[in-house]
Amino acid sequence: MLTAIVALALLALAFGLLLGYAAVRFKVDSDPIVDKIDAILPQTQCGQCGFAGCHPYAEAIAKGEADINMCPPGGETVVMALADLLGRDAKPVEGGPKEKMVAFIDEQTCIGCTLCLQACPVDAILGAAKQMHTIIESECTGCELCVEPCPVDCISMIPIKVAPATWTWPYPATSIKPEHAS
Amino acid sequence: MTKPTSPPTATVRKLWRFHGGLHLPDHKSLSCEQPIQPAILPKRLVLPLQQHIGAAAKPIVAVGERVLKGQMIGQPDGFVSAALHAPTSGTVVAIEERAVAHPSGLTAPCIVLESDGEDRWVELQPHGNWTALDPSELRNLIREAGIVGLGGAGFPSFIKLNPGARTEVDTLILNAAECEPYITCDDRLMRERADEVIAGARIMRHALHARRVVIGIEDNKPQAHAALGAALARIDRSDIELVQVPTLYPTGGEKQLIKVLTGREVPSQGLPIDINIVCHNVATAAAVHRAVERGEPLLSRIVTVTGRGVATPRNLEVLIGTPIDDLLRQCGGTTPTLARLVLGGPLMGITLPHGGLPITKTGNCILALAPGEFGQHGPVRNCIRCGECARACPANLLPQQLYWHARAKDFDHAQDYNLFDCIECGCCAYVCPANLPLVQYYRYAKTEIWAQARDKKKAELARERHDFRTERQEREKAERAAKLAKKKAALEESPAADSEEAKKAAIKAAMERAKAKREAAGIEPQNTENLTADQQRQIEEAEARRATEKKNESANERE
Repeated sequence: MLTAIVALALLALAFGLLLGYAAVRFKVDSDPIVDKIDAILPQTQCGQCGFAGCHPYAEAIAKGEADINMCPPGGETVVMALADLLGRDAKPVEGGPKEKMVAFIDEQTCIGCTLCLQACPVDAILGAAKQMHTIIESECTGCELCVEPCPVDCISMIPIKVAPATWTWPYPATSIKPEHAS
Repeated sequence: MTKPTSPPTATVRKLWRFHGGLHLPDHKSLSCEQPIQPAILPKRLVLPLQQHIGAAAKPIVAVGERVLKGQMIGQPDGFVSAALHAPTSGTVVAIEERAVAHPSGLTAPCIVLESDGEDRWVELQPHGNWTALDPSELRNLIREAGIVGLGGAGFPSFIKLNPGARTEVDTLILNAAECEPYITCDDRLMRERADEVIAGARIMRHALHARRVVIGIEDNKPQAHAALGAALARIDRSDIELVQVPTLYPTGGEKQLIKVLTGREVPSQGLPIDINIVCHNVATAAAVHRAVERGEPLLSRIVTVTGRGVATPRNLEVLIGTPIDDLLRQCGGTTPTLARLVLGGPLMGITLPHGGLPITKTGNCILALAPGEFGQHGPVRNCIRCGECARACPANLLPQQLYWHARAKDFDHAQDYNLFDCIECGCCAYVCPANLPLVQYYRYAKTEIWAQARDKKKAELARERHDFRTERQEREKAERAAKLAKKKAALEESPAADSEEAKKAAIKAAMERAKAKREAAGIEPQNTENLTADQQRQIEEAEARRATEKKNESANERE
């Protein structure tokens, strides 16, 4: 009887120590699902989802506070990938699909106020106080965050031109009708 | 020693076969007896800056500039790129976006050249003694000549002639299969210019240091085979082997031809060079010969204009940039029943929206199809899972699985089934009893995967930049806070600056310091020492005046 109790107590202690050690040794700092979700998001940092950026939105999705269809720049692809990852149902994107855009500064009108510089989440605007600003097109994510702060309305969003090299074949448009349809 | 009387083609060789493939009605008799004729010099040529795989060429001429035939007008931009030359003499009238022969129907930057009708050449630099040239010099010549793979893919040829320092090229295969129905441009080239093909093959072999050369030709071209054999016999080269292979679509696919000739398979998503083989088209070989031995850059190509939708099918030697309509006109125009205009063959070609588009370096065939002439017809039905497609697939894939995954936009699974090993030959779609546009699904999936990869790369960059910005903002905030704290600390260090006594003490101390300084300097500061007698007198006068004035003032006050 006593041996059994002692043995069990020893086992409990050993496993307790093992688990305690594992908890310290293999500590996970952040929720791995958040990083996985963040990896799917398009990183425009635009805030169109209602959160302060892609990572906060990923956190909200992980906590179940936000739906998976709130990311207009990501479109259908992101919704599908998130649905796949989280085992939720895919649904149409809030606000519908969106054309890919890039910001453009009318350099004649720009007064060099640096407000857009401060708004850009990816440092894609080049300029300094009282110097003309310009967008680094290849870095611009099209988040539109620079449009609002501009006091002279010199920033416009222009759609990205599709070149033959970046063009994608359309989804085959075939309507398969049932054989014996009346 | 007696020369062999028969051409060196008698060798019986073991051949292999690839999986699948189709025996198709070849329709080559429509045009294969038509000798190569020069196309009429067009008034205007439209030269897309991108006619090859890789980066578009950079224009090096200005609008209004006069150019000569063979003059370089676009230079390669980066390593994987090709040069562009003026196909005739004339004036550059525009450098702008023009519609190009691309499935998207989009526009692309083009140089528009108005010909002056004189067709005047630039000075050419032929290299007759190319055996003395280093392989890298040869590659440079070929690069400068703007030569790309003329079989259809348009990969810059000089890159494929560069095996790298550590790779030994075992076999150079010259692709003379021309397996797609209707097309006869390579057939005619070999019949009429066999010597050029062989000469090009020898140059390529030299550039690659290849151990042997094998020319693979389908057995439905006996005359071209004989012509090549005769050309080989003339130069007595027994080290170039001419091999007839059975006619089976798509033997002309690079990987398929390699399998047939050597029994070896190119690894999945790999290149022939991975198994020490390099494969070039016969027309490319002829272009290499012209570029090196005559100094002529790639200005023209042979185009088969055929199909029942055109009055008289022909083989034309066409200047790059010639509008397709001009070629159709030269072939008697299209018939009223024309259903579809195709660039390339009936299986792999692309449907053109109209004939106003220019011929590019890769445009081997213009196919004017009459209604019901070739391939799939009838309504699209559901897949019945018959498996015919898998039996026909020359790449040994499972087209049906690829179809389901592409249709469901499940690209990961499509890639698991080796979507990117699909050569888009169209065999599966040809045999499909449900008339499914299978290749379109694969093309859709491939381009969509590329687009997603581009987006992913961009997202990665954005994340990096965003993280950097956040970090920078935090660092700046921390730096500001540290600076503030330092200032505060400095203020606090000075003895109780806010107490009244301390202030007084400080003032007192300052006054004492000043006093001590004055005393150290001696008597009160004076500038009245060492004065001249005159200055002394002036001072005394002034003092006396002041004294009297003072006296007067006080007298006035009293009054």
